Amino acid sequence: MVKIFFEAPDGNRHVVDAVEGVSLMEAAVTGMVDGLDADCGGNCACATCMVYVSPEWVSRLTPPDKAEEAMLAFCPHLGENSRLACQIFVSEELDQLEVSLPPSQQ
Amino acid sequence: MEKSIVIVGGGHAAGQLLTSLAQKNWKGPVSVIGEEPYLPYQRPPLSKKYLAGELGIERLYVKPAEFYARQGIQFVPDTRVISIDRDRRDVCTQDGRHFSYSTLVLATGSRPRPLVVPGAGPATVSYLRTIDDVDAIRERFVAGLRLVIVGGGYIGLELAAVAVRAGLQVVVLEGGDRIMARGVGPATSEFFMRSHCREGVEIRTAAKVLELRQAGGAVEVVCENGIHEADLVVAGVGAIPNDDLARQAGLEIGNGIVVDELCRTSDAAVYAVGDCTDHPNAIFGRRIRLESVQNAVEQAKTAVSAIVGSPEPYRQVPWFWSDQYELKLQIAGLPDGYEQAVVRGDPDGSEGFAMLYLRGGTLLAAETVNRAADFMAARQMIAARVLVDTARLIDPSIPLQACAVSATVAAER
Repeated sequence: MVKIFFEAPDGNRHVVDAVEGVSLMEAAVTGMVDGLDADCGGNCACATCMVYVSPEWVSRLTPPDKAEEAMLAFCPHLGENSRLACQIFVSEELDQLEVSLPPSQQ
Repeated sequence: MEKSIVIVGGGHAAGQLLTSLAQKNWKGPVSVIGEEPYLPYQRPPLSKKYLAGELGIERLYVKPAEFYARQGIQFVPDTRVISIDRDRRDVCTQDGRHFSYSTLVLATGSRPRPLVVPGAGPATVSYLRTIDDVDAIRERFVAGLRLVIVGGGYIGLELAAVAVRAGLQVVVLEGGDRIMARGVGPATSEFFMRSHCREGVEIRTAAKVLELRQAGGAVEVVCENGIHEADLVVAGVGAIPNDDLARQAGLEIGNGIVVDELCRTSDAAVYAVGDCTDHPNAIFGRRIRLESVQNAVEQAKTAVSAIVGSPEPYRQVPWFWSDQYELKLQIAGLPDGYEQAVVRGDPDGSEGFAMLYLRGGTLLAAETVNRAADFMAARQMIAARVLVDTARLIDPSIPLQACAVSATVAAER
């Protein structure tokens, strides 16, 4: 199990025990973390699962491909370290990963 | 007395209803009565990764089992509601149980249209809608198996893509003159036709199926263009809204259960959401019925907004996606009544392409293949009814949103 920390806009931190191979989005949904709408169920079709990756982790993730970059541009609260949670996959290397959630996904 | 909600149907819309109710901190009792034995789950992966064996059932669930316990939701699986008594505000199930409601939400979805030809029955044809359907189909998967798919729509083609990659011999029989005719324009149909053929799928158009005959362990599929021998026949020939319950209960029925922009039926205590509804689309100015995840999700959100007393009328650009091989088809809008169809990008190139449909200089719809940025921009531009510069549209190096002449909303036609 891999520990992922999600910080909500209200400052609350939720820790999720994630299974390797699932996306960060699925880990959040399974872990019942609010704030990821994931309207398309993880298909890179809606840009409603955006998270801000904490700065020290950004370079440790596989960079976004063109499709994800294109989708990110449409996030209403796009930030410097924004990623789509459905495009980041849980592995041992991501243990202790910290991300935070935007004020809203719409 | 606490207001209770009963949801009939345990599909994707039900999953979103529960998600939204929890987000709005709904405190009253909630019951969900579903025909299938499974918690509300997503159907799109059934004809894609789930069929291919790349993910298990738990990853299909809209919400995990713990969510239901935590929220105190009563989930009643494997149970069919057989009648609604709107005077007593009570629903009755096939096993004689009663559930009373303050608010009822019908999320009954749709069911596969049956293939009605001589010889068609459980022994000769399968359908692809539920987890159980797909488990049964996947069990038959073995290299060399002769799979005949009736219907060249999304279900049939997604199945074909997974099956041919799994080494099956795949034939798709489409009764009309092109594949995905209901969903996409001719140029996009042709592109997918070429793609499937390149992968080894045999697609026959104008090949309406006339009869199915059992021949030993195989099935002879008799169609307009000849006879095809199959080890397995799967039909994907459309879906029918499950509106019988509503009809019997005296609710207004049109092309499905008739609802307004807040998903209310002709009874103020009853809502309907998802595949089963005939609903008004504010952007396109007409009533439609949509079979899509987006519609199920957005109508569920709308219904909950009304139920909790902060109504947000439904106003959405319909969108849809289909994954076939490495091709990601994403569609936004409705192309009916288009005046101009414009190709953006090279269908045979490596950067994807888009088909754009315009009327009066504004974007009505877009079909994009591996061009997610165009898809997202199109959704916004269709909603805003921006006037577009066609000369710039056809240059794929110019971002789609930069092709707007102005952001002025076009006058009502």
